[in-house]
Amino acid sequence: MLKLENLTKRYNTGDLALQGIDLSIPGGQVLALIGPSGAGKSTLIRCINRLVEPTNGSAILNEVNLTKLSSRALRKSRRKMGMIFQEYALVERLTVMENVLSGRLGYVGFWKSFFRKFPKRDVNEAFRLLDRVGLLEMADKRADELSGGQRQRVGICRALIQDPDLLLVDEPTASLDPKTSRQIMRLINELCQERGLTAIINIHDVLLAQMFSQRIVGLALGNIVYDGSPEGLTPEVLTKIYGEEDWSATIEKVDDEYEEA
Amino acid sequence: MVVLKKQDELVWKKRTTREQWINWFYWLIGISIVLFAWKIISDKTVWFFVQDAPRQAADIGSRMIPPKWSYSFELIEPVWDTINIATLGTVIAMIIAVPVAFCAARNTTPHSTVRIVALFIIVSSRSVNSLIWALMLVYILGPGVLAGTVAIGLRSIGFCAKLIYESIEEIDANQVEAVKATGASNLQQMIYGIIPQVLPTIAGVGIYRWDINIRESTILGLVGAGGIGLQLNGSINTLAWTQVSTILLVILATVFVSEWVSAKVRGAII
Repeated sequence: MLKLENLTKRYNTGDLALQGIDLSIPGGQVLALIGPSGAGKSTLIRCINRLVEPTNGSAILNEVNLTKLSSRALRKSRRKMGMIFQEYALVERLTVMENVLSGRLGYVGFWKSFFRKFPKRDVNEAFRLLDRVGLLEMADKRADELSGGQRQRVGICRALIQDPDLLLVDEPTASLDPKTSRQIMRLINELCQERGLTAIINIHDVLLAQMFSQRIVGLALGNIVYDGSPEGLTPEVLTKIYGEEDWSATIEKVDDEYEEA
Repeated sequence: MVVLKKQDELVWKKRTTREQWINWFYWLIGISIVLFAWKIISDKTVWFFVQDAPRQAADIGSRMIPPKWSYSFELIEPVWDTINIATLGTVIAMIIAVPVAFCAARNTTPHSTVRIVALFIIVSSRSVNSLIWALMLVYILGPGVLAGTVAIGLRSIGFCAKLIYESIEEIDANQVEAVKATGASNLQQMIYGIIPQVLPTIAGVGIYRWDINIRESTILGLVGAGGIGLQLNGSINTLAWTQVSTILLVILATVFVSEWVSAKVRGAII
């Protein structure tokens, strides 16, 4: 469904952020991308929807080579890729509803969007999504009035109203407390299952990655160093991804967390 | 800041001894220049007149009292003109300044050549004082309110555009990136990602400039560009000091009101 071939990114500074990534993700799979800061996780998902232009290689979504698209065709393809951000990246001074509906901008013309004349179907869908994440009564609040967890839910709605095939999720829990983190991850996971979505989730927290994904890819210095099941994350593997550290506490906890969850 | 190693101890100081001496040396030069300039000014001043200043001031002051209140009715129209010059001038300036600002900001400019043109507009508008603009425009457009309005407008474009473009460059790029990721076009990214972030600045700058322009437009009459300055100039030339004091009081009241209005409006926006 999504296929990365030799995806490479070299920044203008000369840093080689991605060193020829090959990765194939079947439809409906939720994949967690783990790795230390600077491993290239954010660059990888941004190279897929080309918020960052890859230097080399290709990203093929449903038979379409994204790296070769003209800017017009790229905009059309971006509609099918929802993105969820680390610091929520909501437009702070717009209302919750405007933020959610901005997910439909790729489908609506300029003047319609300027006067906020979204099709009735889109507005209904926005209400339905807000209700699904428990924020219906917040629809007319300004985004900067919400708490962190609430903002991330709005971010999720904005991505889902695009009706995407692929969900690109960049550190969704990095600014949230542990409980909210779990709730958000569970929500993303449930929504992916409801809609049969494919998702790539960048995440720092190894535990959360294990709890909420079917497959884990470990990235270190722009290379894939692990690709396998959540259970396969042994201390040796974690050392390979992150470097030498005492991993026993991280691994042991997994079972407890499962019980609790 | 320097970290030095003396014997076995680490010492942390603001400057090295050498830097300290150089620093003192620059202070010495700076103070010498100030004293020298002071001496030149002092030599060229006729101290006899300066000694006389308090008495002269008291004399003019006494001639100003009491203000000629009946004259204030004649000032209603010039004050109205003054407010109109300031308001219309600000509106014209903002209509031009906003697009110029978007062309001048690094992150929204369509092309680097466009950016240079926009920056040139900003600099040239800012480098000429509104009184000088008015002086020239009175020759071009003839004396009156129109010249004043255009002068205020031209002077304000640069000021407003500069403040707005700086705030455009400081927006949170993540919010724009998120809108871009949905497949929005460049113009849609502008109205959903950028404008909401800079709207408070645009409104704030407009109000602030209007406030300044009320004060600036009170003097434009001195060169014949309309407004209350015309009456002020006439009254000073005819030594009608009681009228001068009335005009000054009226200006004070106008500025006071504009100050109050802009504070209220600014509070409402932000």
